[in-house]
Amino acid sequence: MHLAFAAADEGESSGSILLPELPDLIWGTVAFVAVLIVVIWKVLPRINEALDARKDAIEGGIQRAEQAQAEANEARDQYTAQLAEARGEAGRIRDEAREDAKRIRADLVEQAQAEAARIVANAQAQIEAERSAALVSLRSEVGTLAIDLASGVVGESLSDDKKASALVDRFLADLDGTKKAKAGK
Amino acid sequence: MSRTIQEKALLATILAPTRAASECPPGQFCGPSVDEYFPEAILFAGTPFELNRILLIRLLAVAVVILFLWLGTRSLKVVPTRGQVAVEFALDFVRKGIAIDTLGEKDGRRFMPLLFTIFFLTLGLNLTGTIPGLQIASTGLIGQPILLAVIAYVVFVYAGVRKFGAGGFLKNSLWLPGVPVFIKPIIAVLEFLSTFIVRPVTLTLRLTMNMVAGHMLLTLCFLATGFFFSLLLDGNAIGAIGAGTLLMGIAFTVLEIFVAGLQAYIFTILTAIYIQLALAESH
Repeated sequence: MHLAFAAADEGESSGSILLPELPDLIWGTVAFVAVLIVVIWKVLPRINEALDARKDAIEGGIQRAEQAQAEANEARDQYTAQLAEARGEAGRIRDEAREDAKRIRADLVEQAQAEAARIVANAQAQIEAERSAALVSLRSEVGTLAIDLASGVVGESLSDDKKASALVDRFLADLDGTKKAKAGK
Repeated sequence: MSRTIQEKALLATILAPTRAASECPPGQFCGPSVDEYFPEAILFAGTPFELNRILLIRLLAVAVVILFLWLGTRSLKVVPTRGQVAVEFALDFVRKGIAIDTLGEKDGRRFMPLLFTIFFLTLGLNLTGTIPGLQIASTGLIGQPILLAVIAYVVFVYAGVRKFGAGGFLKNSLWLPGVPVFIKPIIAVLEFLSTFIVRPVTLTLRLTMNMVAGHMLLTLCFLATGFFFSLLLDGNAIGAIGAGTLLMGIAFTVLEIFVAGLQAYIFTILTAIYIQLALAESH
């Protein structure tokens, strides 16, 4: 400021405000070139770099989101496929189980039927055996009774067993023969 | 009494830094003059590199502008901090608001260094007009505006000639389509004057005169304030007017800050528009 005062004090010759002086032009050029160099050398590259980085960040974000979306879709498809597969598997297992059950049931029925048949057969055999046993015992019983009766009637003792049984047998055989003969007629 | 004189000098020094109280006869008001733009040389006196107060202020402003641009863009983050948002606002104002919006993406990038330089240099130089202690804008010295206007002129002529060739550019600029043939020559002369003479002259004068006028206005207000306050100190009640002139000075300071930005913007946007007109197919 004081420097300015000094200048004014001396009543410095005034220039024209419309005509440039050489130092004005020279230092003006220096000023322009200095700022221009900094702008070209540092400022604009830095700005462009920052803008590019920002653009990259935004585009990268979008890309990442798209990628994540694709991955999610893929995973979903995979799960869906797995689910379908599992359903199929479950159905197959169920069908198998049903088949098994049917087969087991059939086996059981068959076994039961066989058992039943076996039991029936046993029963019949037993009945048959008992019948024939009864028949045999009845025959000897009836024979004895008849002989006792007859001996009582004829007064003759037919107590000789051997003879008696032979007589009875013969009688019964005759009886059978008569029956057969009748049946033959 | 000597104490009063000292106080007066002090007050004058504070309020009217570019004007010497001693030059003026006591008790008389001296207005500002353009002499303030031609102070005594400080360095390299007598050489073409002579530096006076204003040119030193210019170099200081250039240093500040460079420092601002350098530090402001030193670490631009993808997610900006608050400071970075402020810097980016200024940078994007020129990048998008002036260069790309006027010239389009491609040509905007081509001429961006020039437009950045013109804007921030002019803004920095203009703003010294309101900074206490400096209080003079070195764009008020006509050399700087002439230089910038010549550069803008050369660049828009170069841009046009580069794109259409010298003949094509002249025809584009002067021989306007849609004008009746018989007045085309008259229009061509007017267009020539307007494009190749009036443009650089108005660019220069608009900037210089705005800065000179602003400086005069501020100096006048503060000189008057100093003068009236010295009257007040002498016991003259009329000196109370000084409060009004001080308020006006403050108001005009605010206005000058606005004008500093506005003139930088106008110079830059006009340069961009001139380049755009030179590049346009026809207008």
